[in-house]
Amino acid sequence: MRPAAERRRAGGRRVSAASNALRRRRPWKSWVIELREVGRTFGADPPVVAVDGVDLTVRRGTSLAIVGPSGSGKTTLLNILGCLDRPSSGTYCLEGIDVGALSDDERAALRAHRIGFVFQSFNLLGHRTVAENVMLAEAYRGLPRQGRATRALEALRQVGMEDHAHHLPPKLSGGEQQRVAIARAIVGDHSLLLCDEPTGSLDSLNTEALLALFDELGEAGLTRVTVTHDEQVAAHADRRVRMIDGRMTEEDA
Amino acid sequence: MTPRSPPPRRRSGDTDVDLVHRRMHLRDLVAEAGAGLLARPARVALTVLGTVIGIGALVATLGLSKTAGNQIVGRFDAVSATDVVVSPSIRGGGAGGTVLPWDGEARLRRLNGVVAAGTLSDVDVHGALVSSIPVTDPAAAGAVQLPMKAASPGLFRAVRARLSAGRYFDAGHSSHADRALVLGAGAARRLGIDRVDQQQAVFVGDRLYAVIGLLGSVERQLSLRGAAIVPEGTARQEFGLQAPGLAQIETRLGAVELIRRQAPVALSPRDPGLLKVAAPPDPRLLKQAVESDLNALFLLLGGVSLLVGAIGIANVTLVSVLERVGEIGLRRSLGAGRRHICAQFLVESTGMGLAGGLIGASLGTLVIVAVSAINTWTPVLDPWVPLGAPLLGALVGLVSGTYPALRAASLEPVEALRAGM
Repeated sequence: MRPAAERRRAGGRRVSAASNALRRRRPWKSWVIELREVGRTFGADPPVVAVDGVDLTVRRGTSLAIVGPSGSGKTTLLNILGCLDRPSSGTYCLEGIDVGALSDDERAALRAHRIGFVFQSFNLLGHRTVAENVMLAEAYRGLPRQGRATRALEALRQVGMEDHAHHLPPKLSGGEQQRVAIARAIVGDHSLLLCDEPTGSLDSLNTEALLALFDELGEAGLTRVTVTHDEQVAAHADRRVRMIDGRMTEEDA
Repeated sequence: MTPRSPPPRRRSGDTDVDLVHRRMHLRDLVAEAGAGLLARPARVALTVLGTVIGIGALVATLGLSKTAGNQIVGRFDAVSATDVVVSPSIRGGGAGGTVLPWDGEARLRRLNGVVAAGTLSDVDVHGALVSSIPVTDPAAAGAVQLPMKAASPGLFRAVRARLSAGRYFDAGHSSHADRALVLGAGAARRLGIDRVDQQQAVFVGDRLYAVIGLLGSVERQLSLRGAAIVPEGTARQEFGLQAPGLAQIETRLGAVELIRRQAPVALSPRDPGLLKVAAPPDPRLLKQAVESDLNALFLLLGGVSLLVGAIGIANVTLVSVLERVGEIGLRRSLGAGRRHICAQFLVESTGMGLAGGLIGASLGTLVIVAVSAINTWTPVLDPWVPLGAPLLGALVGLVSGTYPALRAASLEPVEALRAGM
């Protein structure tokens, strides 16, 4: 087996090749994310304000890091951005679509086609192979099955995991599992990658490799929003915002 | 912090395609459900066991009751389904009635469908004892009280009698009122008589009768086994018999209903209502009754087993939902709608029910074949039973999985994701 560093370098070269293809497919648009006075309140007696009047725009192909202490509303905001949760107030537009006006099923469709998620704990299905985990992302798009395996292998190739396509996730290291999770998140034609503490379970070496991979995906036009406590990850982003008590403040990159 | 941007729109032209109604491919749905089941093979196997038992019991019950019903009917046909007895009704004087004619046997034998017929009567010997004349064992016999019967010659064939020695009396004996008799096996044993080749004779009171035959067995009118049977003509002359007591008929298979209707008319044309007919019930009705009785019992047991199986599937599916909340959250994050989640769990529970139904139907059929082979019966099973049983299992799984599936679909993706994998 090749050394990890060599694999990463090889993977990086492949990402560059894939980046060009993705770049050609995506026409440039100004804002992928537009939040206007978005708030999220839980409960009523008394109400807990998790997100309070957040305004935010994110350009296509750029990366945004959201930092802040625990309980400051970072993950809640990420859930809203990922159409997993609805804002209690304000407006959220994803690629020009007013998400608040969509039905539950329409938001699920939007997630299937436009949004990829990367979680701290990878969230891979342990009893399915790596390739099946990646293909799972396309099962809910309603598109033809033809070419699905090819696209999954292409996504795995982008993250340097094509040789592990038939392995089971529990047999892989943490870094490898996170790469598979990223492959699952980018397979198809997603425009937004949302990461919740993506390096939380990785060592420094794997963290650096992951950040390099994110850079390559950014070059391909993929917009990335990352919630993190890791200063290294935050510093790597194009922009950095801080959440404190549900309110957002911009920080210097 | 927010640069100037265009006003929000509900949809942009090129993204409408993202939000159209998506239908998950059936193969994807089945593959996901199958993978979900295969991930927990031991638990699924135990869950399926309940349905296996339920469906197996139902199939075996239906098959065995059908097989047993057929078997009962077969035996019933062989002996009882050809047995018709005509006797005076209450209006005709009951047991002591004098409605039956002396030529009843001849009248009955003219009916199409009658194989054999004869008349039989109890003879009042006014307390006379029967005693043998000892030949082989002088010390064995003495005077005994024996029931005396009078029969027409055709009766012996109608009751399927077998001789162990000698012969039956005939029409000549009856018309001449000969003092001849045939002894039932029990009566002969009581009198110590086991052969008739030395002109054996017995006394009935003070009258000497020649024993011309010994019965080995009878299949109808079992009272003949212990009786001394004399010709009707003899009974009329010697003991004042007024009329035959009953007419015994053996019919062809399937002719019982016909003879049941025709015999009273043949024997009492002026008023058939003076006679009553005892005939076996229609075999088809008997078969249905037997099947119905067996079915009612065993279907109840099978139904209970199936209910337990259904509860097992519902329980395990619900536990599976609770255990897989994180997976549900992941699938929702990947774009699964509520209906996709609901459909997956329904397919899983339906798959468990279907598997249980298939295995149960197979085992139930094997039980039927095995039981039939042991008893040398012909296994009988309606074709729809082994075909419909798996579908019933699937239906049980579908119904059992409905609540857990709805519960899985109702999970909010954020809450499900928070639960973790």
